[in-house]
Amino acid sequence: MKHFAALIKTLDSTNKTNTKVAALADYFDTVNDQDKLWTIAILSHRRPPRPVNTTLLREWATELAEIPLWLFEESYHIVGDLAETIALIIPDGKQSTEKSLSEFLEEMIQLKAKDEVEKKDYLHKNWRSLDYYERFVFNKLMTGGFRIGVSQKLMTRALSKSTGIDEDILAYKLMGDWSPMKTTFEELILQENAADYISKPYPFYLAYAIEGTVEDLGAVSEWYAEHKWDGIRSQVIIRQNELFVWSRGEELVTDKYPEFEKLVGVVPNGTVLDGEILPFPDGKIGTFNDLQTRIGRKNVSKALLAKTPVILKAYDVLEWEGNDIRSKPFKERRAILEKLFKKTNAHAPVMQLSETLVFDHWESVAKERERSREVRSEGLMLKRKDSPYLVGRKKGDWWKWKVDPLTIDAVLTYAMRGHGRRSNLFTDYTFALWDENETGERELVTFAKAYSGLTDAEFREVDKFIKANTLERFGPVRSVTPELVFEIAFEGIALSKRHKSGVATRFPRILRWRKDKKIEEANSLDDLKQMIP
Amino acid sequence: MRQPLLLFNAKGIYCAQADVYLDPWKPVDKAIITHGHADHSRWGHKRYITHHTNIPIIKHRLGDIKVTGKEWGETFQVNGVTFSLHPAGHIIGSSQVRVEYQGEVWVFTGDYKTEDDGLAVPYQPIKCHTFITECTFGLPAFKWTRQEEVMGHINDWWAENRSEGRCSILFGYSLGKAQRLLKHLDPSIGRILTHGAIENMTNVIRSIADFPETTLVTRDTKKEDFRGALILAPPSAHGSTWIRKMVPYVTASASGWMTFRGARRRRAIDKGFVLSDHCDWDGLLQSIQATGAEKIISTHGYTDIFSRYLRELGYDARTEKTQFEGELAEMETAKEKEANT
Repeated sequence: MKHFAALIKTLDSTNKTNTKVAALADYFDTVNDQDKLWTIAILSHRRPPRPVNTTLLREWATELAEIPLWLFEESYHIVGDLAETIALIIPDGKQSTEKSLSEFLEEMIQLKAKDEVEKKDYLHKNWRSLDYYERFVFNKLMTGGFRIGVSQKLMTRALSKSTGIDEDILAYKLMGDWSPMKTTFEELILQENAADYISKPYPFYLAYAIEGTVEDLGAVSEWYAEHKWDGIRSQVIIRQNELFVWSRGEELVTDKYPEFEKLVGVVPNGTVLDGEILPFPDGKIGTFNDLQTRIGRKNVSKALLAKTPVILKAYDVLEWEGNDIRSKPFKERRAILEKLFKKTNAHAPVMQLSETLVFDHWESVAKERERSREVRSEGLMLKRKDSPYLVGRKKGDWWKWKVDPLTIDAVLTYAMRGHGRRSNLFTDYTFALWDENETGERELVTFAKAYSGLTDAEFREVDKFIKANTLERFGPVRSVTPELVFEIAFEGIALSKRHKSGVATRFPRILRWRKDKKIEEANSLDDLKQMIP
Repeated sequence: MRQPLLLFNAKGIYCAQADVYLDPWKPVDKAIITHGHADHSRWGHKRYITHHTNIPIIKHRLGDIKVTGKEWGETFQVNGVTFSLHPAGHIIGSSQVRVEYQGEVWVFTGDYKTEDDGLAVPYQPIKCHTFITECTFGLPAFKWTRQEEVMGHINDWWAENRSEGRCSILFGYSLGKAQRLLKHLDPSIGRILTHGAIENMTNVIRSIADFPETTLVTRDTKKEDFRGALILAPPSAHGSTWIRKMVPYVTASASGWMTFRGARRRRAIDKGFVLSDHCDWDGLLQSIQATGAEKIISTHGYTDIFSRYLRELGYDARTEKTQFEGELAEMETAKEKEANT
């Protein structure tokens, strides 16, 4: 734990990626295999189940700090992170611990089954004795979600530096459904292991948004265009008569989408498809809002399955007849995919082919892009015909060319403090549009929340405005005098019963601050509804 | 009912009986000034009264003003009201103001801290009935580490950067924090270079206190002069073209806000040192207790939260709206200074 806390402290003392990688590689060279394994697990968000709920954590922390609970809550709103808040308000023990990270984690796993008296004892004992960074790390392990500015990619780089194993191979080894409780560092990282190969997806190849103009990409004949579907990026794996569905967040989501069970026996074993899971109500592509009803559910009811079925819009094949074919040119992989579809189509309507489009001129590609909203896509994907399937986000062979977002001018009405990097500043905003109430008066109706799109300097300016123009406080939220107008951009729009305004927008964000506009000039809810396709 | 001795009006904290303002934010005839930060000493008053060590500081900032200097504890009467200045320990020359009329005593702290920083005359609690306090860091999350320890960390950090051939850029407000850091930096580690805003202010204060030698960074400063050196700069210099020629460098900030991991990351600074010229949570509570006051008025910081907690402790506590901004204001001072140099 001492080493791990020192690592976190070092990572906290630099903003330079290379320094972080070096510190992490150093750490991997220092600690034992068990600690390495747990560190990898934690930094890839595979933490043990939470042993104590946060309500109890708060209560017991305030007890030790001898402050009222409301004061703890206020502090938490300002600090923005529960583990950090607890670490700060506990009187400093200034001691240190000799126990290893793995020993702590094993204790925490055992703790889950213990009664409240033992749990409280355990927490108080450790809070009293650990120093600040150990306490912070201890709380982070307790509360989960270990987000500390170390991406999985950065961790993989460091691990590669320490072990000498290629980064792509490590990324592959680290994917999938492994648990530090059931494997060892030797097994997971160092050994070649065929046993758990059956469920393993490939690392996704991700595209950057296009820079400059499409003409810069060279001859249009070297490129395929494809609509960019707005669903859940997924890999569907059929191996040894079993189905595995992986989402891009490296989550195994097979159970959430039972529709795909039909593919077993139809799609040959040893096949991995890359595509997008899309909602398909009434036999046509739905909105992302439709898909929302499926994402959160682990057990899907028959009624929901009937109302909002899903399909896989497939666009690539990564494994064929049990062979990794990612290094083959995209054109050849597509040929295999199309052959597969010809054979299986009638048996598996749950799977659709995402058509590749070929054009003679970039202008025709641009015209196709304009059609995106009609066909319920977000724009186009441009893929080089001879491109291999790479690992992670890489420039050059694949580009996103999204349609320009829809925009509307809205009024800032509520604000909340940001989290993490933005705690202590009001950076999370709620926006409203004009509407008429029953008596015919104009009033502002909330339609979206957004918390990105302004520069740090602008955020500071808006923060100052909010602090000086607060009308009411509701815990961490403040209502503010309607005075500021912002242009809000969003990707999609649909009717929604879950929203007060009756409309749901997708990826709302602040495009710019319209200092030139008065609130009377902001748009109305009707203007927004006009945009629904 | 008699009017309170001190009122909060549109211009500042006002003593009607004496027709005197304390740290007013709008131009007035007679102003008692606690210290040199921009949110407490503003331009445009007809007469200024302040501690004599603060005179060169505010003259440097405000130009040719009509100002009278006072000693610590020296009393002066205005229409039956007795005023005196007492050390606040915030920055060099910073005072609290004691106001007494017909046996009733009020104290206004301006900004203050309880730890002796070796530069400002240390804070002294003053007995009073009503205590007007700042609470910039009025949350239990703020607990300062002793200056000696923090300065040890800063000097270690510098020495380590130097051994790796890097230059250390340390951000601190040009008035107050910069001199406090400079006072306790270890000049045996290497050279200390300064940004213009800090060099100018430090030269003003050299007439009152001793500091290690500093060298102003100019266009002619050579690249090799930066290697292993420590550069003192105002926070606004971060991200400016000014620091580009110092590559390779590591940045750090010394402020109470560095308590929060988020604050450091938001500013994209490598290292945060928690060092403040304000009271921490315990410092505030102990100071209030030491004054013996029953009425507590909070002026700036986490005022609502702090006042509510004081009420739970049994004090008659409330919040008054002022235009004081605590450590944020000091940051703006640095910005404004930079623009002038």
